[in-house]
This record gives sequence, structure tokens and C-alpha cells, in this order.
Amino acid sequence: MSVRRLPPTQPASFAFTPESLEKAKWWIGKFPPGRQQSAVIPLLWLVQKQEGWVCEPAIRAVAEMLGMAQIRVLEVVTFYTMFMLEPVGSVALVQVCGTTPCMLRGANDLMAVCKKKIGGKDHLSADGKFYWQEVECMGACSNAPMAAINDYYYEDLTGEALEKILDDFAAGKGPAPGSAIGRQGSAPEGGPLTLKDPALYDGSRSKAIKKLPNVAPKPKKEPAA
Amino acid sequence: MVGILEDKDRIFTNVYGLHDFGLDGAKKRGAWRLTREILQQTPEWICDQIKASGLRGRGGAGFSTGLKWTFMPKQESERPHYLVVNADESEPGTCKDREILRNDPHLLIEGCLIASYAIRAHTCYIYMRGEYVFERERLEAAIKQAYEAKLVGKGNIHGWDFDIHVTHGGGAYICGDETALMESLEGKKGQPRLKPPFPAGAGIYGCPTTINNVESISVVGTILRRGAEWFAGFGRPNNTGTKLMAISGHVNKPCVVEEAMSIPLRQLLEDHCGGIRGGWGNLKAIIPGGSSVRMIPAHEAETALMDFDSLSALKSGLGTAAVIVMDQSTDIVKAIARLSYFYKHESCGQCTPCREGTGWMWRVMERMVTGEAEMREIDMLLDVASQVEGHTICGLGDAAAWPIQGLFRHFRSEVEDRITQYRAGKPHVQGATPVAAE
Repeated sequence: MSVRRLPPTQPASFAFTPESLEKAKWWIGKFPPGRQQSAVIPLLWLVQKQEGWVCEPAIRAVAEMLGMAQIRVLEVVTFYTMFMLEPVGSVALVQVCGTTPCMLRGANDLMAVCKKKIGGKDHLSADGKFYWQEVECMGACSNAPMAAINDYYYEDLTGEALEKILDDFAAGKGPAPGSAIGRQGSAPEGGPLTLKDPALYDGSRSKAIKKLPNVAPKPKKEPAA
Repeated sequence: MVGILEDKDRIFTNVYGLHDFGLDGAKKRGAWRLTREILQQTPEWICDQIKASGLRGRGGAGFSTGLKWTFMPKQESERPHYLVVNADESEPGTCKDREILRNDPHLLIEGCLIASYAIRAHTCYIYMRGEYVFERERLEAAIKQAYEAKLVGKGNIHGWDFDIHVTHGGGAYICGDETALMESLEGKKGQPRLKPPFPAGAGIYGCPTTINNVESISVVGTILRRGAEWFAGFGRPNNTGTKLMAISGHVNKPCVVEEAMSIPLRQLLEDHCGGIRGGWGNLKAIIPGGSSVRMIPAHEAETALMDFDSLSALKSGLGTAAVIVMDQSTDIVKAIARLSYFYKHESCGQCTPCREGTGWMWRVMERMVTGEAEMREIDMLLDVASQVEGHTICGLGDAAAWPIQGLFRHFRSEVEDRITQYRAGKPHVQGATPVAAE
């Protein structure tokens, strides 16, 4: 478990922007009537996208919107570690995966770079532009080590590659997410070794199967007496 | 040929995202073919075919998918049925569902329709892990296409009213457990529920629910189109089919690849991943099924097959077929200690043995890494691990214990050496250093 508490300084108020409000309604509409509580995580995520973090007035606003007790929303916010409870960097939130598969391939180097360029873990940088944290497995292990920056995955990193990406963010450029060594998704380095048969992609595959196998024959109609 | 599965037998033909993920591309590659004919069969026929194919759940537990579907009530009542797809992929080492979600989403959507019909559900929720933002955008786009083409939705061309929704979590590993996922889907913190009642009796909103892994659902359409015996033709009996395998760690070229079940582990690594860094002789240990299974040392990896039975005979498991490779340069104690930290971080805090035990085990493991632990703490740690294992509501307690047990099963001497080395030359009195407190 991780202990997460709201910080003492909080803004006075929170309001959804019209765009967020529209999205919130769309989320609520996904669930059966009376079950709008199901939308609490997506709504809090909208809050975070709008403000960068989840503040206490927003928790109250979400509770009101969904007809939930405020304590239940607070429970959710503190349970799920994706919700940031304090302001994060205005330019980038850097989440370096530190779990074993990434660790084996050099996540510690990435964290050293973050320490050098941004400062201590879980703290805003001095200029307020960056914030970094070590997170648990992000599910991109074949492209380890990786970091998620502002929600998108930067994979196959080295210390130098991450340093350059952070510099680009600082310079106002938005470096493209994906593999730092030009890999195609999770294909092996140097290009896929499988899925090279062109017949898979020319449309013949979809036509090859004419009828379903193993279908029981339709029962014969009894001849009319 | 690379590996043992031929290209023509691969289900996921766009794993690497080289082709169009959208509807046109997916149709060209064979998705949505004969779907209407499939839905003209009875739900029982679908369940029987899936049972005959030998498909076992791809999310780790390996329960028969077809059998699971038959647990649902045979008649719809006033309580609607639900299909929930578990796309909360967070097991360290596992990154296979991600490739389906972002590159072959239509196979998943089609599978959801077929599975929903088989369990008589009209609504499906796909619960994705919150971090998969790009993958969620892709899947939402694919679902939008499917709605526009009237493949799903009310009054669709397949004749089974069906709504499909994507929702997401907030970065909690525990929500990969099916009951915790249901709690989270209902808008609560993800603490697992006691079973029974099983989800097929009372799942989300108290209604009958079936929960399947992304990969289990995505292969269904192709199995029915090509025939159960086609799928059953791969792998050994009881371990049939093809499987997406994700390889990470110390191989030359880590990758995700679809292979036939029961492929020899060594062949998988050498054919698809360019072998172990520094050659096979440099291998130390492999975690073959995601962090929650026990590791196997190099000499056992030599002959292991990637299937449920072979790996459980080695006291490990296939899990999600996420292979984590560690070569001789690895500080294996540190690697497992990091996993212990992961479980400590992800414990939901509901059951005392897990909440307290995972933290305790992590603290002791950290002392083992440096060697400052005491010899007797090894047995104490194993004793605590065995007391956490099996005494919690969900499997996270077991999952936290197994990596540690695997470490000491094969590398106990290494930890002992480390403790001896740390103490060498240091004057000490046995018992003078505090054993792990708390």
C-alpha cells in the first residue's frame, strides 16, 4: 500500500470547463441509469487532465455530480496512484518505470538522469516545469526501459536519449513518443522476423473461408403426413 | 522458418502495427468474416466449440474459457448479463494485450460480440488500465468505426443487440483481479471480493457477469472461423493453441511474438529474440510467466516448454507467458527485492497477511540484498512467505510469496554467501543486529 494524503494547501474552488463537462456527461452515459458512480475514475481523470492534478474542491464537485458521498470519492482518489495529489510540472510529468523488467535493462540510469535534470523524486523541479516519479510496471516490458511523459510512452530509452527528450520538452518542442531506437512497436530490433507472408495482407485471407466448420447439419424437416 | 508457428496460422497479424488498425485493414486481414453465421448458431454451439479448441484463459490462471461461459445462467432474467473484458494488464513482464488493443482492436471487438452472444449479454465493458492512454484512443476509434458500420450497437447487422463500452482504471495492479476489477468498475476502490458468490452468479451491479482476458476474447472469432480442431492442433494436449508471448530482460532483441503453445523456451528465445545476451551459457534464471511465478534456473530452462503443464511441473507457471530473462550479470536478489517492493506498493490493504506481509518481506529482502540480514532470517522469511500465501482473499498474497520462494529454492546459497561476506571481518555477536522489526 502507499500512503497518500491531500496536502494542506488547496485552491478555493474548482469548476469543470465546458469541454470537460461534455466529456463527463459522455462517460456517465456509458453506465446504466443509477450506476453513474461507475464513472468516478474517468471523471477524476478528466479533472486531472484539466488541472494537472486532483484538488480537494474537485473531489467535492465530482461527488456532487455523481451523487456520491465525498468520502467515497476521496477514497478512490487516494487509492488509485495515477491521481496526482499535488501540482505537477507545467511542462512535463515524467513517470519512469522502475519495476524489474525495466530495472534489468537500465531504468536506474533513467532515474539518475531525472535526478540530475529535475531534482528529487516526487518533487517539483526548481523552475516548476518538471516533476518526476518512479512508477510500477507500465506494461511495455519488451520495450524496456521506458518512461511515460505526459501520458505517452517513450520506449527503449538510454540515459542520453532521455536527457535529450527532457531537453526537447524544456525547449518547448514535443518530442514524438515511441521507441528511441526506431523499433517498430514491439518487434525485435532490426525489424520483424515473422508476419512477412504477403498473403496475409492482400485480402485473400478474408475470402479463403467460405463457410463455418463444424456446424451441425440442420435437422431434416419431417415430411408432412 | 523462425519458431514453429507459420505465418498463415497467426491470429494476430498486425501485432507490430505495420498495417491499418482500423476496420478496413482488419477486414482485409480476416476479421468480421462470417460473424453473422457464427451468431446464427446457438450459444451452446459456441461454448462447445471453444471448449473443444482447448482454449485456456490467457490472463494467467488458465481456466477453460468455454467452460467459464457455461456457468452463466441459461435464461435471461430481469438482471441483465454482462461481459467484462479485463484489459488491466499490469503484471510485470506482460505487454501482450497492449499490442492487441492498439494494433488489432477489431479482433477484440468481434470477440466481445461473439462472447456476449454466447453468455446472452447485451452489454460489454472493456476495463483498461489507466496508463494505456494511446491504446484507449485507438480502441475507442475502432469501436466508433464498428458502430458506424452497424457491426455493433442496437439493430446491428448481426441481429444481436449489443453495446460495447470502454472504461478505465487508475493505475492499480490489484484491479487485474476479477473481483477487484468489478469493484473498480462500480466506482469504488479496487479491493477484491470474497467468492462465492462467483461473478457468473453476482458480478457487476449484482448481475451475472463473465470476465475474460483480452487475448482470450480476441482469439474467439478466428477459432470459430477456422475450426476448433485447427486451434487444438497446436501445442500439447491440455495446452493447446497459439499464444502471444512477451520477452523482456537480457535477451539480444526483446519482442512480443505469437507462437504455438509448448514451444521449447530455449527455441523461443533463440529464434525470436536473438538469444541470451552473451550466449546461452550466460543465462542465470528465467521468470517464465510474469513476475508472479517462481523463477527457473538455466539448467531447467534448457528443457522447459512454454505451456501450463511443463512449467508447473517445474514449480513455476505459464501465467501470461511474459518471459523475463536474467543473465549472469544480474543481481538476482535485487531483482526479486524489486518485485517485493512492487507487491508492497500494489497491495490493496484489505487482508492483514498481505498488507503487513508484503511490506515486511520487502524490508527483509532489501537487507538480504546488502547482506546485512542474519542467516536465520532466511528461514523466517520463507516461513512468513508461506503464511501470506493462501491466506488472502485474492491471489496477490500468493503472487508476492512465490518470487521469493523461487529465489530461495534455486539461489539460497547465493544469499547465504552474501550474508557471510558482509559479516566477514566484521566483529559481531549473533543476534546483536536487530532482526526485521514491525
